[in-house]
Amino acid sequence: MIEIHQLCVRYGDLVALSDVEGTIANGTSLAVVGPNGGGKSTLLKAIAGVVKPCAGYVHTNGARMAYLPQQSAVDRNVPITVSDLVSFGLWRETGWFGAIDRARRGRIDDALATVGLAAVARRRIDALSAGQLQRALFARLLLDEAEIVLLDEPFTAMDAATSAQLAALFAEWRTQGRTIIAALHDLGEVREYFPQTLVVAGRPLAWGATDEVLTPQLVASAFAFATAEHQHAEPHLHVHP
Amino acid sequence: MNVDDLWAPFVEFGFMRRGLVAALALSLAAGPLGTLLQLRRLSLVADVMSHAVLPGAAVAFLFAGFSLSWMGFGGLVAGLCIAVAAGFITRSTPIQEDASFAALYILAIASGVAILSTAGSNLDLVHVLFGSLLAIDDTALLLIAAVSSLTLLVLAACWRALVVSTVDPDFLRARGGATIAHTLFLVLLVLNLVAGFQALGTVLSVGLLILPPATARLWARSLSGTVALATGLALLSSYAGLIASYAFDLPSGPSIVLAAGALYVTSLGLRSNRRLFATR
Repeated sequence: MIEIHQLCVRYGDLVALSDVEGTIANGTSLAVVGPNGGGKSTLLKAIAGVVKPCAGYVHTNGARMAYLPQQSAVDRNVPITVSDLVSFGLWRETGWFGAIDRARRGRIDDALATVGLAAVARRRIDALSAGQLQRALFARLLLDEAEIVLLDEPFTAMDAATSAQLAALFAEWRTQGRTIIAALHDLGEVREYFPQTLVVAGRPLAWGATDEVLTPQLVASAFAFATAEHQHAEPHLHVHP
Repeated sequence: MNVDDLWAPFVEFGFMRRGLVAALALSLAAGPLGTLLQLRRLSLVADVMSHAVLPGAAVAFLFAGFSLSWMGFGGLVAGLCIAVAAGFITRSTPIQEDASFAALYILAIASGVAILSTAGSNLDLVHVLFGSLLAIDDTALLLIAAVSSLTLLVLAACWRALVVSTVDPDFLRARGGATIAHTLFLVLLVLNLVAGFQALGTVLSVGLLILPPATARLWARSLSGTVALATGLALLSSYAGLIASYAFDLPSGPSIVLAAGALYVTSLGLRSNRRLFATR
């Protein structure tokens, strides 16, 4: 279970996210939606521990976490292979000093095959398309075997078929009891793959069952909210777990 | 110049042999460390750090004279202080890391030169700024060899973590190792800059860390290939630079850096020509 209490994150003087309060039960599939700059990525980073809160806290009770950042976080200038990138997913096992032995190499190849990248395993990461890189990052997630999976714009630059192929992994993870939290733009994908939704625009506007939360009025208000002075406006809380 | 001149200075003079061993030891560490430096986009930061060791070395010179061990220690303390101060300024003010490093760099070099010019002769200043083979005694050589060995051992043990933190710092940050990796890297960098200033001078000690990896990046396609080629080019530059230093009576620092620079410029020219012909 993830417990979030009065979470606030700021970058310098800018408050990126505030007043997030709630709990996320184990095995939940939660989509985080909202306008650009609304705090979706910031919430994921705060849960992952990448950014520190300026107030409040996130407790994950020691659960193993995997975090898939937006592509821009991966520096493709470094001349490593796709296989090397995916091998980072074994970090929890190898730590600082562990080696990638034959057995682990086999698991890396399996993960690459699962996401359809077996043919480009030895290719450099700067030669991948944006969609291929995203699939490689999914393969890295597969090796992580985390209890909480955090996905920041996981379907960026992917065609519908590839998105569907990777989303099929969500169902598998759900049956394994993993918690999935994803920041998304496409509301169609949210409705299709995520039973729970949190709408953020600087602060939470609504949180609950996707069908109840994603009303046309609330979506419109979230995106209007982003362009207004959202730090001072009152949020329209709709449903909260 | 005849063929004998390619090795005769090293056979004939002890200070040339010590200089060669020192430069080769620095080169062995410079290949992998410089490659990571470039890939982490910290080349300019390293340039700043190399100047940051100057006031520490100058204060040590003031109290202990031209003792490379004490100057090395002073340089190490000053370099680490500048790194910590730049990090603190970046975190606690709106000033970006490059601007805070640049501000501290200009202060460091001004105060270093001021201290040296009041306490020593112009010759001392030239030695500290541009290096002197004659200054490399057995103690200095041991220090350089120790730093180089330590660097290679630490890089070998932590290579995977340093590569992960270079490719995807957020990934490692989420697992709690990014700060340790970055700090470890900066400490290795300062240690190598301090070791390097004895042979290359404070101004140019960063040269072997920047030029050979930059040249290697023009040719190598893999990370391991870049590291191997950068190390080879650094070794070649050190040897060729020392020969030129002896033949033309130049300070060792500029000679070695110019040799590395010649390889870089030649590579740039060859790569440009290849692209030019490929497009025809």
